[in-house]
This record gives sequence, structure tokens and C-alpha cells, in this order.
Amino acid sequence: MNRIGVFLCWCGSNIAGTVDVHRVIEEVRKLPEVAHAENYMYMCSDPGQDLVKAAIRDKNLTNLVVASCSPRMHENTFRKAAASVGLNPYLVEIANVREQCSWVHQQQKDVATRKAYNIIKATIEKVKRNAALEAIRVPVTKRALVVGAGIAGITAALDLADAGFETVVVEREAEIGGKLRRISRTFPYHEPADAILAPRAEALRDHPNVTLYTSSEVTAVGGYVGNFDVEVATDPGDGGPPETRTEKVGAIVVSTGYDLYPVENLGEYGGGRLPDVIDGLAFEGLLADSFRNGEPVRRPSDGRPVRDVVFIQCSGSRDPENHKPYCSRICCLYTNKQARLLRDRNPGCRAWVSFMDVRTDCKNTEEYCQQNIEERGIVYVRGRVSRVWQEGDRLRLWTADTLTGEKIELDADLVVLATAVVPAAGYAEVSSLLRAGVDANGFFQESHIKLRPVESSTRGVYLAGAGQYPKDITDTVAQAQATASKIQSLFANEELAQDPLVCRVDPDLCSACGICVPICPYGAREVDALAGFSRVNEALCEGCGACVAACPNKACQLKNDSMVQVVGEIEVFAAEEGEEDYTCAC
Amino acid sequence: MNYTYFPGCTLYTKGKSFDDAGKAAGERLGFSLEELPSWTCCGATFPLAEDYDMALASPTRVLAHSRQRGDKLVTLCAVCHNVLKRTNHVMKTNDERRAKVTEFIEEPYDAGLEVLHYLEVLRDEIGFEAVAGKVQKNLSGLRVAPFYGCLLLRPKAEMAMDDPDAPSIFEDLLAALGAEPVDYPMKAECCGAFQVVHSDAMATRCSREIIASARGRGAELLVTACPLCQFNLEDRQAEMARGEQGFKGLPVLYFTELLDVALGGDPDRIDPDKHHTDPRPVLQARGL
Amino acid sequence: MAEATHTQRVLVIGGGIAGITAAVDLADAGHEVVMVERLPSVGGRMLQLSETFPTLDCAQCTLTPRTVETGQHPNIKLYPYAEVVGLAGEPGAFRVRIRKKASYVDWSRCTGCGACQERCPQKVKTNPFERGVGIKKAIYTLSPQAVPNKPVIDADNCRYLTRGKCRVCAKVCPVDAIDYEMADTFVEEDVAAVIAATGFELYPMAALGEYGYGTVPDVIDGLAMERMLSASGPTAGQVLRPSDGRVPRSVAFIQCVGSRDPENHKPYCSRICCMYSAKHARLYKHKVHDGLATLFYMDLRSTGKGYEEFLQQSTEEEGLVYVRGRVSRIFREGDKVVLWGTDTLSGQPVEMAVDLVVLATAVTPNPEQAELARVLGIPADPNGFFQEAHYKTGSIETGRDGVFVAGCAQGPRDIADTVAHASAAASKVQVFLSRLRREAA
Repeated sequence: MNRIGVFLCWCGSNIAGTVDVHRVIEEVRKLPEVAHAENYMYMCSDPGQDLVKAAIRDKNLTNLVVASCSPRMHENTFRKAAASVGLNPYLVEIANVREQCSWVHQQQKDVATRKAYNIIKATIEKVKRNAALEAIRVPVTKRALVVGAGIAGITAALDLADAGFETVVVEREAEIGGKLRRISRTFPYHEPADAILAPRAEALRDHPNVTLYTSSEVTAVGGYVGNFDVEVATDPGDGGPPETRTEKVGAIVVSTGYDLYPVENLGEYGGGRLPDVIDGLAFEGLLADSFRNGEPVRRPSDGRPVRDVVFIQCSGSRDPENHKPYCSRICCLYTNKQARLLRDRNPGCRAWVSFMDVRTDCKNTEEYCQQNIEERGIVYVRGRVSRVWQEGDRLRLWTADTLTGEKIELDADLVVLATAVVPAAGYAEVSSLLRAGVDANGFFQESHIKLRPVESSTRGVYLAGAGQYPKDITDTVAQAQATASKIQSLFANEELAQDPLVCRVDPDLCSACGICVPICPYGAREVDALAGFSRVNEALCEGCGACVAACPNKACQLKNDSMVQVVGEIEVFAAEEGEEDYTCAC
Repeated sequence: MNYTYFPGCTLYTKGKSFDDAGKAAGERLGFSLEELPSWTCCGATFPLAEDYDMALASPTRVLAHSRQRGDKLVTLCAVCHNVLKRTNHVMKTNDERRAKVTEFIEEPYDAGLEVLHYLEVLRDEIGFEAVAGKVQKNLSGLRVAPFYGCLLLRPKAEMAMDDPDAPSIFEDLLAALGAEPVDYPMKAECCGAFQVVHSDAMATRCSREIIASARGRGAELLVTACPLCQFNLEDRQAEMARGEQGFKGLPVLYFTELLDVALGGDPDRIDPDKHHTDPRPVLQARGL
Repeated sequence: MAEATHTQRVLVIGGGIAGITAAVDLADAGHEVVMVERLPSVGGRMLQLSETFPTLDCAQCTLTPRTVETGQHPNIKLYPYAEVVGLAGEPGAFRVRIRKKASYVDWSRCTGCGACQERCPQKVKTNPFERGVGIKKAIYTLSPQAVPNKPVIDADNCRYLTRGKCRVCAKVCPVDAIDYEMADTFVEEDVAAVIAATGFELYPMAALGEYGYGTVPDVIDGLAMERMLSASGPTAGQVLRPSDGRVPRSVAFIQCVGSRDPENHKPYCSRICCMYSAKHARLYKHKVHDGLATLFYMDLRSTGKGYEEFLQQSTEEEGLVYVRGRVSRIFREGDKVVLWGTDTLSGQPVEMAVDLVVLATAVTPNPEQAELARVLGIPADPNGFFQEAHYKTGSIETGRDGVFVAGCAQGPRDIADTVAHASAAASKVQVFLSRLRREAA
């Protein structure tokens, strides 16, 4: 026999102003198995929590329903309060009578009162069948793995290593540094990229807490948060088979970076066919040569110093019909810098920038861009270039100035395409190995666009840099440091406690059909051929219920959300059928 | 080999020579174009509004009737080809719209038809090598600028014919005939025909750029696959000749006319009165 | 200070989403955090927002679990309604002086029942939290979900404190928590490191004479629009004109107001306005289906993930009308607001009469930030934002060891970038603390 306690919160006037809290409690007291019911102005306040604790002790309560706001607000509050006086926290349920009741029925007090009563009654149906669960505890290996050693990976690894954690860095190239190695100078202060990269690369190579594998790739990943086993294959460089080793780590940073959309895909601009039509990174190379040799910028086809250069922004970006729908974020910034450096290197040359919108939105870049236009004579033309072709030893372009409505024909020595930023090759393999989801464009998907920007869909796997979305060095560095912070928080624990509200399998009902295996987004399901049923890896399971819905035998159930519990809740409302419709919000 | 063939209205009138030469050349290559009985207008423009289903009724009726005769429909006019192929694409990819339109025209259509342009027939069914084998009068040394225009290849995915930014189907045909295809940047630009009524000057400017670009790269002759382009490029040249002293015209032929000549057809069938610049001297200079 | 007692505590100034994120990261990592927030509750600007771009998620729904976590975290010591007034000592061993502002309510007694707010007779239109859109009482909390959920008395508007008569709140308080004699108090805390996450303010409309400030009531700023659109805000989510409370049939949104204007206002781009203006216009259209939303812009800047797609959808499917050009004048004509501007794409002058104008005013540092920079001994840039130590790799560091910055106090950024920046600050602090430990060992 359960001894259920019900606590109804007024939330000031938020609930009590609409719901007749006294009447609801009176009615609730009459329900079977309810041993105690009371209401209070602010149940979440310290005096409110004390009421709950005292009732658990004095009335020997076995299960609790707290009728208040959304469980996202205070479920944890009341579970902790119950645990502090010895009641298993998973025997506490929240009945949401604020967001889903009082707030949406402010003009209908009777309806709201009856609905609040029913919500509480339904929650009683659930809680009386709840099991006393224990948090799942897993140990934490306090070592991290960083996949990709561009500026993002180097930054994350250095923060972690400096904070005292062993860090394994895997880079598929022979050299670390990623795309930063190909950049000449950075906006808006023209600092040589090497001044940023070289000291950090050296620090990484020399760091006692860092193990660096270059010419290496991650080839297999097993385990879960706190306990990953990662297989790393290293190309020995002599044509022999790759050497593989397994690293045990507790957390993983994905910093696999970006590539540029191939110029070959931009046929209308002659990409891939015309030697003097190049992409932004290729132009960085020309700039780097120029700085190194102390000479003007020369074009690829015949090495002639360039006099007229056209930069075409949004080449493949913001073009959902033909190429990529998104904005590549960095092109406006680097193109402006490239045009400016070109004017510095090749005095007297002309630099045109074809743009759709100028998006210089990072700190000091608006000012920098304005200065380059006003004082450095860079010409900005608003419009899309329609064609580029070879005319003699020059290039000719057609574009339009959408501000004057005029068609423009330009001749140039060199055309630089600010091609779209795309995820680095191999992202799909990394995504599948780590179970870190990607979006429609192949960028790694953060778990919440606003508040969890560096967490992937898999616990213990974090996202840094342009592999998540195009971003400049500043934002990349901040994001990389953010992953280091998340991992330091994770590693502060000796073991991780996870919610036990996961899936459970009834081996007698399971036919080992395997439908649950591909449907699980977290890789938590596996058919045990020997035992003859499908198992749940509780450390991986997030309790999403996908397998429960898919299972043809009803062998999968969520703990404390079983079929009988859900049906019990529904029956409360079904008994009200035919009466006024209820609305739910949130 | 017989193909169901959709000529379209212009090829019955102004573009008759396009049609005649196409049929004649086909016979020489071993296939016949069998006109779809009682065909109706293709619709003339493909509707860009995604919910404008009425405009699909006419072309869908053409497709439905053709389907009763087989699984391929050949077109010659680039405009008809564009409308029919794109309508067919809608029928193949959007069951909902197909159901709506076929219900309206009260004709079933299973979207099982393939719409082919005459050039595709030559490339994919006959083969350019086989065409080359049938050449009777080699066009060797003749520098011909192929003009694709705007509609023949676009949109790329729906027309699925060639890369509109770097096409080669026309060039490959001309090479098979022994001619020297001229590569020029304006070959797939808009000729301005759609703007003739709205802005005469704009149409003239477009055509001037095309003619000048082809001529500047050594073309002696320009061939088209579209009666609108053909008419416009000729008509605009007449306009330019009136307004610009020393203007040098470029003869313009339908590609089927040149094809027929190469396959042994009589060059005298080309009517100089229908061309602003008489193409015959160029052909005669090459011994044709 | 002796090394044995070397503290590892961290001071976080500002309880907005930046401060909250940094504090929770540090607290989760086992560090004690002292958080100082100048308002009575944590949450910051996000607490004022309606829904967030580009997903149009309810800001409160995503924020409040974080504010609750902040309020309950055993490692976070919260000083709401307080300000940092002094910082002594040295990196690794700072002593911070905190002024706890007089709330006139004994929070140890207060149960947050709300009776005082309900009964207080003094309505205040100038409470900065409501941005002039709604009223607060002279005793108020920021929101029903506030953390902590305790009221403070607005001493400038309280009838008793200004005129010596009233005492209604004291009479209705069931636990005798009202204390009119309360004065500011000062406390000191030892901390090893500091994160300044003081957020932003909007450029004052009073500085924008050409846009009718003071003479045209139906011209509001972006945060006022947020309050209006917020379901839990003063209008319960209805868009109503300040002048007559009518639902506007047409609204003009003007971007780059005070931004990108080096001659007259601020030279920089405020980074968030293009997106929130599009969001405002869409939310307005969701509420007023036949309403007309026109947006004036210079360049559309939608550079975050999913942002470009959001803007495309706004124009193609949601019917927002974009006009590229600046508005030169706004004035009142009858009950309409008239705009003069230019459409730079057609080259034509534009004259338009609308019911409401929303100005996306420049993002600026809070007015108190200059003084805080002085207290903390860190530099500000020419625009008043905290100056980072290195543009590319040191946007968290300030040039003073042990003092770090996070979020919009360093420069305008959206929520996602702010959260990443704040976590980054937490990491840099831990690297710093780790260095202290090594040096001490």
C-alpha cells in the first residue's frame, strides 16, 4: 500500500489566482492511497521544501506528487529535498499545473481547477507505479582526445593540458596547424598567421601532457562518456601498413575544420578551367609568396604582377537553388583584407569586390572595412557576377551594379572566388564513428543552438571550430576554449551519475528482431545473439523512447514511464471525454 | 527507326526550314520523325509559379498523347523542348500535381515518357561517330559558332542535357561533321528575344555581343537550335546594319540545315531571302 | 597572503547568460563562485526577451532552468542586487568589495508571496526592466520565475520613502519582512580570479533626435519590442502602440540606428540587430496576420548557423518587406508615424506612414562599465567595451592577469557566441588557477 503525498504550489498568484487550490486539495485528499495533501504559497522556497520534508518524515510518505511549474524548473529541487530525508528521488513526480494549466486558462477558473485536479490525479496514477531507481554511475577516465589539430584543436588541447589533463591529439596531416598554415596575414591588424600559430604549435609539441599523433586518423570508437576507447591509425610514412593503437579517454573534442567549396563547381566563373580564377586560400598563398619574396602579387598563369583583380563573394554561398544555402560568415572579412593587402603589395593596382551584402560584423571589422573602402580605394560593387571568361590574356566579367541598375563589364588579370566554406572531407566518417550528428549541410550539430553551442548530440563529445559552422579565428578560439571548460567540468567528477530513466528490455518478450538497433540515435542498442535478446547500454541510453515506439513486441519500456503508467494517466483524462476541450502550452 | 515528333507552332510557319531539314537529315541518318497527330500548343512558357497548374494542362496533354505511341518524344524547337521536358519533370517528381493535372485534362499519364531533343537523339541514340560516318560533304575548315541560347540547357538538373556553363554537345556534333567549332564566351547567353517588344535596344545589345564575340573568334557561320534565337539574331543584325556603318553580318543557320547539307542535302534549299546575311557564299567558299 | 590559504574562488560579475554559463561551468568543475548581479534576480537581458532567433524558442523556457541551477548550485554564492565597488590585492589573491544595495525587504524572512506587489498603490512606468512598455509597482520582482524570487523597493518611487506616507507593503506582509530603514551594506570576499560579464545596454533613443525621440511616442527600441512580444511581459505578448494602446496595422523596423555611423554615433556593427529585427517582424506578423512589416537596412547580416535561411524564409514565406536604405527623418502626422528615407536599389525617395516604428539601436556597454573597468584595472576600447588582450587568441584575457571578460561586455555578440565565450572564460580561469596551484606547490 502506497502512502502518497501531494503538494500543491500556489506560485504566488500564478497558480492560485486561477486554480482553486483549496478545493483541489480537498478533492485530492479523497483519492485512494493519498496519505497527505496540502498547499502552500511557494513550495520551492525553503519553508515550502521544509513542509515537504517534514511530511515525508512524519507521515511515512512513500511517493510524492508536487503540483507546480514545469518539471524543467524544479523537478531537481524536490527530488533533492526528498533524498535529503531518505526518500528515493525517483518516487517524486511533478504535476505541471502552471505552464500547462493555470497560465493557459486564465479566464476559465472552473476549467483550470478541474484540469489541475485531473493532472494531479493522472500523476498519482504514474507515481504509484514508479520504481525506486538508483542513478547510473560510471567512472571517468580523465584524459581527453582532440580530433584535428588546426587552431581549434590546438587551442582546446593546450587549455586542457595546461589545466593538468593528459590530452591525445590526432591530426591526419603530417603537420599540425590546419588551414591557418595557408593564411598569410589576419584581419584586421595584418598580423602574420604564423605569429599566432607557431608558438602554439610549438607549445603543443613540447607539452608534457600532450600526446600528438600526426599522419593519423581515428578509425574506431567504442564506449561512452567518461569511457571511450579510441583506435588511432598512424601512417608510418614508409608505405607500410598503418600502426594502430587504442587510447582510453573520457571526452572527445571534434575540431575537424573546413574545406572550401571546389572552384570547379562554379562553371559560370570558369572555375577549374581558367588558371587565373582561384579561391581565397590560393590567393592567401599568392600573398604569402609576395611577402616572402618582397615582390608584388603575381598571377598563376604567367607569373605577371596583377594590376586588376576582382574578388567575388558568395561564390557558392547564399545560393539555395544551385549551391549552398547558408552564409559562409568569414568571406566578407577575409576578402576585404585580401583586397587591402593587394593594394599594399601592388601599388596602383585596382581591386574590385563584388558583394551581395557586406557582412563585416566582428569587432573592429566594420571600421576596418570602411577605412579600406574610403582610404585605400577598394571598389565595392553590389551585385552578383554572372559570367567570367578568358579574353586574350585577360579575364572578362559581367556583373550588374544593383544600386544603379547598370550592367558592368570588367577586365581583370585575376579573379578570386570567395568560395563557400564546407565541412572538411571525412566529416561523415567522423560523425558516424563518434555518433555526433551533422546538419543538412554536413556541419556538426550542437545540442542546443543557443545554450549548448559546443555540446554534440552524444554526451562527452564536444564541438569546436569551423566543423560546427564557419567562423573566424577569434570565435574558433573561444569555442575551442569552451569545449575545454566543459571537459574540465566533466573531469571534476570521479564518477558520473546519470539519470536512470532509461530503456529496459523484457527478454521474454524480445524476439531479437533488431529493429531497435538502427532506430537508436545513441548507439545504445545491441542484439545479444547468444542470449537471444536485445540489450540496452544504459550509459549510452538517453531515454528518448524511440525503441519503445518501434518495438513490435512491446519488449522495450522506459523505466518509470511504462505502458501501464502512461495508460493509467491517459485514462484519467479519457474519463473526462466529451467535456470541454483542454489546451496545453509549452 | 521511328520517333514520335512534336514540331510546335513555329516550325510550321517561320521555322519551317528548321523542321524540313531536321526531317530530311533524319532520313539520311536512318530515322523518321513521325509527327504526333493533332498535337496542341506546348504552352510556350514553363510556369515558374509552383501552384500554377493550369499552365501545365496543355503540355501534359501532349505528353499523354505521345505516351500512347511509345516511350520517347523528340522535339526540335528549344522552347517547346524546355516546356515539355520540364513539365515531364514535374510529372515524374510530383505525384500530387500529376494527379491534379491529369484529372483536369481527363487523360491518364504515367510519366513514363522520355522527352528528347533532336541533338540528344544524335548523341545518345545514333551516336556522333555514326553521324560522322554518314557525312558526304565534309565541312572541313568551316569555322562554325554554335549558339545554345538560354533555354536549351537550363535549368541544368531538369534538362539534364549538358553543363550550361561549359557545354559540348553542339561542338561535338559540329566536329563530327568535320567543321571547326568556335569556342566563344557568349554561346549560352540570352539573345534578348524575350525583350524585343519591351526593349528593342536591349535585345539589340544582347545580339550584338553574341555576334561580335563569335565573329571576334573567327566564326564564319553561326548555328542555332531555337526559332526565337534564329529570328532574333537575324532580325537584330538587320537592325544593326541599318544603324551602324561598316557593320559586318554573320550568317545564321538552323543547325539542321547545316547538318542536312553535310549529309548530302542540297544547299540550294537554303533560302537566301530568309536570311539577313546570305549564308551561301560561306558555304560555297568551302566547296559546298 | 600565505600560500597555504591561497583561495581558488572566482568572482563572476554579472548574472546574465554569460555570467551564468561561466559560473555554472566553474562550479561544476568544483570551484567556488561568487556571483554579483546588480538587479534583484539573475537572468540578465535574456530574461527580457520574447523568443530567440532562428528557432523562435521561448527565451524564458530555455533560460529558467539555468537560472534555477545558478540559484541552487552549492558552489555558487549569489549576491543579487549588488555591485562590485572595489578590487584590492593581486592576481590570485584579490579582495573584492561588494555593495549590497538596500532592498528594504528582509529576504531571510520574505517567502515571496507577492502580496506586497499586488497591493502596492504606486505604479512605476520608468522601471528600466520594462523599457517603458509596462508598469512595475514600487515594490517589485523582475518576473514570476525570478531567481531569487524576492522583491525590492524602488526607493525613488516608493511613496513612503519619498513622501513618508503609505506603508501598505509593511501592512500586508504576513512575515514582517519590510524594512524601510535598511541601508546599503558592504561585504568583502577573497577571490583568485575575476570574470567580468556585465553585458550590454542599447544606445539611448534620446541621442537620436532625427527619429523623433520625445515627440513621437510610437517610436520604441528593440528591447521594448521584446517586452511587448514576451508572453510573460506587460502586454501578455500583444503588440500595442504606446500612444493609444491600439494594435498597429503597420510597423517599420529600422536597422543600424546609431550603428555603422562613425560621423554621428557609433562606428561599429552591433552584430545582432539584423537577426532580431527579422525576428521581431515575424513575431509581429504571427500576431497580426494582415499587418504590414517593412524593414529598412543597409546590409543584411545573417552570419550565424541557420540565420541566412531564417532571413530567406522571412522574405519569401513570411512576407516581410525589406527596403535597402536609411531613414532620414521620423515625425508624427495625425495618429501616424511618417518616415522619410531612400530606397537605394531603386534610387527613389521613400515616404511611408506607419503605426509603429521599432529602432534597432546600437548595442553599447552598460553605462557603469567605464567605472568597473577602472575598479578592475583593465582597459576599455574606444567604444567603451572591454579591450581584449589579443584580437584573435585572447578575446577573454584583458591584459591584467587573473581578470577575464565574457560576452557582450567585450563586444556585441548573439546568445550562442556569448555562451561559448563565457565557457571559454571559465576554461581560461581554470588554466590560471591551475598555474597558481603549480606555482604554489
